[in-house]
Formats: sequence, structure tokens, C-alpha cells
Amino acid sequence: MLRTQQLEYTYSGNKTIRFPDIHCEKGSQWLLLGQSGTGKTTLLHLIGGIRKPQKGKVFVADQVLNNLSSTALDQFRGKNIGIVFQQSHFVQSLTVGENLQLAQTLAGHSADLDRIKDLLNRLNIVDKINDRTNRLSQGEQQRVAIARALVNSPGLILADEPTSALDDENCREVIALLETQAKEEGATLVIVTHDSRLKEFFDHKIILE
Amino acid sequence: MNPLTLSWKNQKDRPLQMLLTLLLFGLGVGLIALLISLNTQLDEKFKNNLAGIDLVIGAKGSPLQMILSSMYHIDAPTGNISIKEVKPFLNPKHPLVKLAVPLSLGDSYKSFRIIGTTHEYVDSIFKGSVATGKRWEGLYEVTIGATVASKTSLKIGDQFHSSHGFADDGINTHDHGDGFKVVGILNKSNTVLDQLILTNTQSVWAVHDHEEEEKKAPEEATKEDHAHDHPHDHEDHADHDHSGHDHGDHEGHDHDAHDHSDHHAAASIVKPLTDYPDKDITTLLVRYRSKKDWRALNMPRSINENTDLQAASPAIEMNRLYSMMGVGTDALRNLALIIVIVSGLSIFISLFSSLKDRKYELALMRVMGASRNYLFFLIILEGLLFAILGYLLGLFLCHTGMSLLSGYLEEAYQYEFSGWRFFKEELWLLGGSLVIGFVAALIPAFQAYRTDISETLTTY
Repeated sequence: MLRTQQLEYTYSGNKTIRFPDIHCEKGSQWLLLGQSGTGKTTLLHLIGGIRKPQKGKVFVADQVLNNLSSTALDQFRGKNIGIVFQQSHFVQSLTVGENLQLAQTLAGHSADLDRIKDLLNRLNIVDKINDRTNRLSQGEQQRVAIARALVNSPGLILADEPTSALDDENCREVIALLETQAKEEGATLVIVTHDSRLKEFFDHKIILE
Repeated sequence: MNPLTLSWKNQKDRPLQMLLTLLLFGLGVGLIALLISLNTQLDEKFKNNLAGIDLVIGAKGSPLQMILSSMYHIDAPTGNISIKEVKPFLNPKHPLVKLAVPLSLGDSYKSFRIIGTTHEYVDSIFKGSVATGKRWEGLYEVTIGATVASKTSLKIGDQFHSSHGFADDGINTHDHGDGFKVVGILNKSNTVLDQLILTNTQSVWAVHDHEEEEKKAPEEATKEDHAHDHPHDHEDHADHDHSGHDHGDHEGHDHDAHDHSDHHAAASIVKPLTDYPDKDITTLLVRYRSKKDWRALNMPRSINENTDLQAASPAIEMNRLYSMMGVGTDALRNLALIIVIVSGLSIFISLFSSLKDRKYELALMRVMGASRNYLFFLIILEGLLFAILGYLLGLFLCHTGMSLLSGYLEEAYQYEFSGWRFFKEELWLLGGSLVIGFVAALIPAFQAYRTDISETLTTY
């Protein structure tokens, strides 16, 4: 599902990071660990098609991301990769439901309210569908972010420090949700974190040094 | 979620900012549209009322005032001229003059002016026609314009007393017997004719002669605004053939200084004006036989230089007025343009500052599959949305403003103005608004286009 080959990224300050090759099977769940400054977020952006590497290749669902044009990459990312960020950001002027609809239409799908309701139901926040996102608590916002990452049934779900702002209880809950939902959708899950609380939940680990 | 809905929701999320920007844009557009509407309608009305009149002859004074008072009926007349002086022009065989129509002003009813004239004023000059009843014939008979009829609800057979001057103050009301009698109503002509009460010249004289007679003590405080300055030395009335007149009716009156021919008796026989050389009229409207005749072109100068009369060309005077007013309208138009430009700037600032807040949002939309072009298009759409809404607000302001103004303008200019007439210039205005909205959104849109997703997502 996800494969990298000799990835290298050079920052504008001429600092170059070489990343270990990764190979994640379809449906597998991975933890990408490392202290800050080891290029975790950069790697996540590289495999998410948000940033282009200077060297090496990224394969997602057998597609080489490097070869895609900017617009094609945007479309591919929208359809096949769901990303949950550390801070949950949304389009402020839209409600929870509208944000999810936007994710569907931007990826080139038509809006599917049943799918949205089903997802929100599974994440236990279906009653917030018509709320503005800034009215929600941190935990609720993170759930909406998960719902948004899942809404287009992507093959690959990436999560960037999804738990660092959460307390232990919320942390466990969010990880459990990510795990079960990814499993249910048959998606590959890669969580980037420096949060050592998560180590116990995952068998597959990639460690950056 | 289509881009239009999204851009609308984005703007609606900042209602105060949006309101301010829209208001500014609307004011600019509204002011320009109002100027267009006002200018076009004024221009039309003035042109309509030129009615092929080549020359106006009246008393010396301001030529523009003379034109305004006798062509458009908006200013006070410059004074009176005696028939003796203009007799040559009234001669139907005059080599240069095809048509000469006398006007006598001075009275009004409910601020509608009463004009003493001949039937040619309706038939030849304005090509007006009678809707009901007939044209005035005898003394004190009047035919009224369509607007007069609808505003005063005068009907055929109604009688009224006129007031002196043009203000409806109820102070200087003439009180002579039965007063004027309505015998006909004209069709609407969209000219000044609609606003006038027409009668024959003799009726206007008659009203004033009565007043003179009844006013024994000459404490004529209102004399100044009398358009009709009736000379008291009517000695040469003896020259006239008034044999048919019956003076019997007037035994109650004091005829000491006056030897008036009896106007009541003239009710049935209205004689040509040239039979009253010592009577006054206000102006004479002249149409040349040929506009290209050099003698005709020299006529105004020769009148102005060699006689006590004043001659002025309506076209020249109105052009002079336009060029004077033009400075004012130009200034207003420039002001409106500045407002529109500032509002364009405020669209730019509004989009630019909102973009700063929405930078992360935009990066997020890219992550969700939006292309660079989509974001560019989205911001341009927001600019156009402002422009269209501002334009609509502007049109609304303009047309409501115009219909509110029209009442006041009608009083001031004696014309009806419509607030709900639309001009093709307003389409140009829409084009201009869209261009401004587009240009204002261009830089913010380009900014959005260039958003670096990765950097934005890590920095914010």
C-alpha cells in the first residue's frame, strides 16, 4: 500500500535528511516515532504528497506520487489519502456537516449525507452535525478531523501527532477510534508521534533517528 | 458544496466587514447610476421641450432666465414687452418668421402656471392633442395639461380662481366673478405642456385688468413679482375700434384712470393680438422659415442691438447652462468614481486580511484535493460576489433615491421624473463593477494560488 525508496529531503538551510525505506502492507497499522528535529512531519508530508522529495520515490497504492502533476496530485491526495493533523483546523464559516461535504466535493465525489451521518454516528458526534466547528471541544474537534480523514474511504490514513494536545483519557479514545475506523475501512494507518503513550498500542514501528 | 456557496458563506461569516464593503460599493455605484438617470432624463426633457423653437423674444434681462421661464416654465419671466414692439414678427407674411407664438405669464393655480397663448402653442409647437373637451375659445376658458388634471383633479366644467405669481401661497388669489372655466384636457405629451393651464392672451389681461380696477389704493406690495406690469396710461385706446363693446356691466367699477375695453364682452369674439398694440405679452416664441437663411441668423443680434427687446436662442442658452452645470456633474461623477475606487480597495483589503486568517484553511483545502486553480477561482469569485451584491445595492439605492427625489424634482423643474426607468448605461456599470471586483481580488487570489501547503501546515 505504502512504499518509499531512498527518500531524501534537503531543507532550504542545506540540511539533508535521509529517510529509511518504508513498506506498509494494506490494512497494516504503523507508528512513526522520533524526537523533534528528526524529520517526522517532513516524512509525513512526503508520503502524503504535500511536499516533493529531491531524491527517492513514494508509492501509494502503486502510484508514484513524484510523477503526478500538481493538479493530479491534489486530486489523488483528496481521493486516496486522509490526513489528521495535530491541531484540528476546519473551514471556519462552515458547520461540521458542511466541512465533511466540502472534503467529499473537493476530492471529486458528490456530497453524500448518509455517509457523513454514518461516520459521525460511529464517532459518537452525530448530534454536532449542524454546529460550527469552533463551538466544539478539543476532543470533539479531533473526532471531526478523523471523520474528515475517513470520509472519502481513502486507502491510506496519516495522522500527525493526533494525541499530543489531549489528556490520557482522550488520547486512548482517539487512538482507539483511529484503529477501529481504519480497520473497518480497510485502510493503512500511519501515525507520526513523539508521544510515548502510544507505543503500547502498536506492533509495527518505524523509528527515525 | 460548490465554490459559489463556499465563497458566500465565507463572506457571510464576517458580516460587519461585508456590510461596510458593500455599503461603500453600493454608494459609489448608486451615485453614478443616479447621475446617469438624472442627466439622461433632464437632457431628454430639455431636448423634448426645445420643440423646434429657434428664437425667444422678450424683455431685456438675463437671456437664460428668459429661456427658462418661457420654454421650460421654471424661472420668473424677465418682464413684459408690448405688442407694438413685436408687431412685425406677428405678421404672417414676415419673410424670416414662419411661426410666432405669444406667451403671457404671471398667474398660476395650485402652482401650475397659467399661460396666455394661441392654439399654435399646442398644435404647432408641442404637437399636443385634446383628450376630452375642446381647446380654449372664449374669455376665461382654459384647457389644462394631463398632469394638471390628475394632480388638481380639475374636470371639464370646473371653475377656479388663479393666484398671482407662481407660488401657491393662497394670498394673492384673484377674485373676479366666476374665474377660469375648464373646457378641455390635453393628452399626455411628456413635454412641459402636461404641466400647464392654457388660455388665450386676452383672458390673462382680463384677470389683471380686473385686479387693477379693484385695487383702488395703489399699495401694491405684490407688484414686484407681477409679470404683468400694466401701464396705466391707456389714452390711445380711443384709436381702437371697440364699437361692439358693452360697458354696461361695469358700472359698479371705478374706471377713473382706465379706459378698458370690456373683456367680458370679448368673450365671444377674441380678436387678433395685433389689435391691442399697447397690451403686453411676456415673450414671443419664434420658428424661422429657414434655419440656414443668413438673415435669420443675424436676426437675434439685430434685435438685441437695435431694439429694447431681447432675443435669445434656446439651443445656445441651454448649451451654456449645460456647460455651467457640467462642472458640477463632473465633480459629482469624479467623487462617485473615487468612492467606487475606494470601495474596490476595501474589497481588496477585506479579501487580503481574511486570507491571512484563512491561510491554514486554504492549505487544508489543498490537502483535501483542491487544486491551486480552484483556490484562485474561489477568491476571484469572492471579489465578484462583492461587486455584484454591491452593484445590486447601488441600483436599489439609486432607484429608490430617484423615486423619492422625483417629487421634489417635479416641483423644481415642472417635469415628471421616473425612479423606475432603467438605462443601458446601468449595464455598463455592471461591467465596470465586475472589473473592479475582479481586479481587487486578483492579488489575494494569486496569493491563495501560491499557498505552500507544507509550510503553512507546519508554521500555523
